[in-house]
Amino acid sequence: MTLAFPFSAIAGQEEMKQAMLLAATDPGIGGVLAFGDRGTGKSTAVRALAALLPPMQAVAGCRYRCDPAQVSRLCSECQARLAQGALPVETVAVPVVDLPLGASEDRVVGALDLERALSRGEKAFEPGLLARANRGFLYVDEVNLLEDHLVDLLIDVAASGENVVERDGLSVRHPARFVLVGSGNPEEGELRPQLLDRFGLSVEVKTPTDLATRIDVVRRRDAFDRDPQGFVEGMRAADLALQAQILAARARLASVEVPDAVLEDAARLCIALGTDGLRAELTLMRTARALAALRELACVTRAELLQIAPSALRHRLRRNPLDDAGSTTRVARAISELFGA
Amino acid sequence: MTQSASADAALACAMLAVDPLGLGGMVLQGGPGPGRDAVLALLRAGQAADAPFRRMPIGISDSRLLGGIDLGATLRAGTRVAERGLLAEADGGLVIVAMAERLAPMVAAQLCLVLDSHLVRVARDGVEMQHQARIACVALDESVGADEAVPATLRDRLAFTVSAEAGVDEGAAFEAGAIARARAALPSVETPEEMVTAITATALALGVWSLRPSLLALRAARAMAALRGADAVGAEDAALAARLVLAPRATRLPEAEPEVTPEQEASPPPEDQPEEAAQTEPRDGPMQDRVLDAARAAIPADLLAQLAAGAARAARARGAGKSGAMQKSASRGRPGPVRRGMPGPRARLNLIETLRAASPWQRLRGNAPGSGERLQLRPDDFQVTRFKQRRETTTIFVVDASGSLAANRLPEAKGAVELLLAECYVRRDQVALIAFRGARADLLLPPTRSLVRAKRSLRQLPGGGGTPLAAGLMAAADLASAIARRGGTPAVVVLTDGSANVALDGSQGRARAGEDARLAARVLAATGTRVLLVDTSQRPQAAARAVADAMAAAYLALPVADATRLSRAVQQALPAA
Repeated sequence: MTLAFPFSAIAGQEEMKQAMLLAATDPGIGGVLAFGDRGTGKSTAVRALAALLPPMQAVAGCRYRCDPAQVSRLCSECQARLAQGALPVETVAVPVVDLPLGASEDRVVGALDLERALSRGEKAFEPGLLARANRGFLYVDEVNLLEDHLVDLLIDVAASGENVVERDGLSVRHPARFVLVGSGNPEEGELRPQLLDRFGLSVEVKTPTDLATRIDVVRRRDAFDRDPQGFVEGMRAADLALQAQILAARARLASVEVPDAVLEDAARLCIALGTDGLRAELTLMRTARALAALRELACVTRAELLQIAPSALRHRLRRNPLDDAGSTTRVARAISELFGA
Repeated sequence: MTQSASADAALACAMLAVDPLGLGGMVLQGGPGPGRDAVLALLRAGQAADAPFRRMPIGISDSRLLGGIDLGATLRAGTRVAERGLLAEADGGLVIVAMAERLAPMVAAQLCLVLDSHLVRVARDGVEMQHQARIACVALDESVGADEAVPATLRDRLAFTVSAEAGVDEGAAFEAGAIARARAALPSVETPEEMVTAITATALALGVWSLRPSLLALRAARAMAALRGADAVGAEDAALAARLVLAPRATRLPEAEPEVTPEQEASPPPEDQPEEAAQTEPRDGPMQDRVLDAARAAIPADLLAQLAAGAARAARARGAGKSGAMQKSASRGRPGPVRRGMPGPRARLNLIETLRAASPWQRLRGNAPGSGERLQLRPDDFQVTRFKQRRETTTIFVVDASGSLAANRLPEAKGAVELLLAECYVRRDQVALIAFRGARADLLLPPTRSLVRAKRSLRQLPGGGGTPLAAGLMAAADLASAIARRGGTPAVVVLTDGSANVALDGSQGRARAGEDARLAARVLAATGTRVLLVDTSQRPQAAARAVADAMAAAYLALPVADATRLSRAVQQALPAA
């Protein structure tokens, strides 16, 4: 296992780091899309997040790592086991599954176990990457290069939280709730709006242009490459503090209040920007709440809402080919018009 | 220190031999020949005796590249047998990527993942596995002209750009013992803080926006220090690294006003960024000056000329953007989902899926499981992978930016083109933009789907000068045939008033220019491309009509460049493919 670059050591890229922490705090926000320049540490941040995530409780022996605390979301096998008695529990690492480019459909959704079928004539389901990613993160690097039929699959599963397999004479359904994390470079192709919409947050990653930050990035990366162990060791305290912050925020999340005034602000913002549907408002609310939880607040304020608004909204704007302003600018403009911030 | 290309090639080979994983590899420019062979031989010699040295052909399949199921062994054994792919087999060695300028974006992305993680992850054909692949990569780049280039994602990860034409200077090469000593000494080579600063600042001054090259240059400097037997990176190491790693990636001249935005950004950064960059560029350190001077001296002549003309970014973006977008429309198409069906020209039999489909029925068909009987396949079992062959339309706009049009019509024409661009975008077509003025035609925007880039280059379109209509049409013909060669469908929209007054050879004169324009029109017609000529003159001109007729183009007189009318006309004249 190669060591991951520590999350705390990533220089700059505050918005991307914030979005990742928010998604880790409340998986319900629905994933992060990091789009931007080459060589800005998009993949590094995802891998770093994986190393940062605190472990979780799961049903022992379950292929989908069902959550014993959430009976309604158990897979059919766990439900059957539950009917016979209490479920054994184990502590497992949160899965962060890579969806490699060139992956074939059978490996993504799962398929008939060929070996057992050929050698023993049995019809058995062999879970795929979606099953492995349940309750964890599914990371697609170069998401814009993903083949269309796989994109369609992801869209469907990400929305329903359930993978339904009807192929090879199999009829299987299993939970597949995951946080979709995508990264890519817009120069190599754009994403379909339906897939964009599946991402709760999107961040634009720009290459830093000030010398001090650039030197900092190069120096840290170089130090890591020369002595990974020592470097990770040096950042461990900071990473652990961050992990504790995520855990505390998760615990606090349910009790954080969202005042009506903030909801109204969110609605006004969405109306001003003409976003489609209610998903934008819901994401705004959930994300602002997660940020308040990370900030140890009891109540969401306008400050949190405005802080996360660009990440939550910029990929949901209807594209106006004749408006020169980028979507980030449009969100900022709407904010300053509405709230004078 | 010598600065000849052949000495540089030898040094790059030596550095790569010292730290192959850290440096990623090199782009080796130039066609096949003794020069290239000499560089490759030197690379081979720098490796450990048993290290793999594998050549990756351009059309390699995913299963050979990454690994997958070994079908023969699987069927023989009755249990799944996986085989490693080329990348895993090359673990600890070099992968030579042939014809890297034609590399499909998907393959390039896979190579990049491996270069980043030193692992190959496979999830295909019923196999999931992970192998070590600690490789460095030599991309053989035979590109000619600006419309081909090694994918930018890959180039970003390969430290050196080396010209193979001159071969290697044996005098500058290091012998195996020296390389082995340097390899051992590498971990203990110190990197003074000022060297990190000097290299990073040089990268910024040259407009090398990605941070990877800075890191690569730093490692190259360290490898060079190790080769010299020094215990710390010195100024000469940093200067060499800047020359070999950073200079070939320059997007601006250090002295020039930093008005170029980070290369290939989809959205322009805030206005204040370049200024900020300028302010924070400390120019005082003598170390940095030295490194920067070395890098500046090494910027290739052709790149230098482009930089001086302010066109470098377009040229760089050209290669990258194009290879990214164009090759998707390669004739083979992208694989679609696997479905039941009969194999045919556009549907390849997918064996694994076919076996899967057949296996549940074996018992019913009288085969006992594991009995070693032959598998019974029925036509019903056949599963095929269909390849999608959506041929992309690329609309080439050829815009007259000459003085006769510039005075008052150019803004209107730009508005019309913008609207058309928006529509092309909605249809997910590609667009390209050629402008002609003065003595020549320029490809301002290579085929792209990025609306932002298209609009930016349109905004920057200057006006004035003569009307070299012939040159514009010739450029369109060239581009159209290049697109058709790659499996796309070109369509051309010419906006002009038809009053050509500059001939192909750049000489003035209406008669000659008009003749040349009609000649070029026939060349364009010969490519079989659909063409629409929009006559933007106040009164429709016979000349424009004649040019349109010469290329069998649809003709539209548009005294007022009414964007809506224009776009409707284009839709009618050039229906989507």
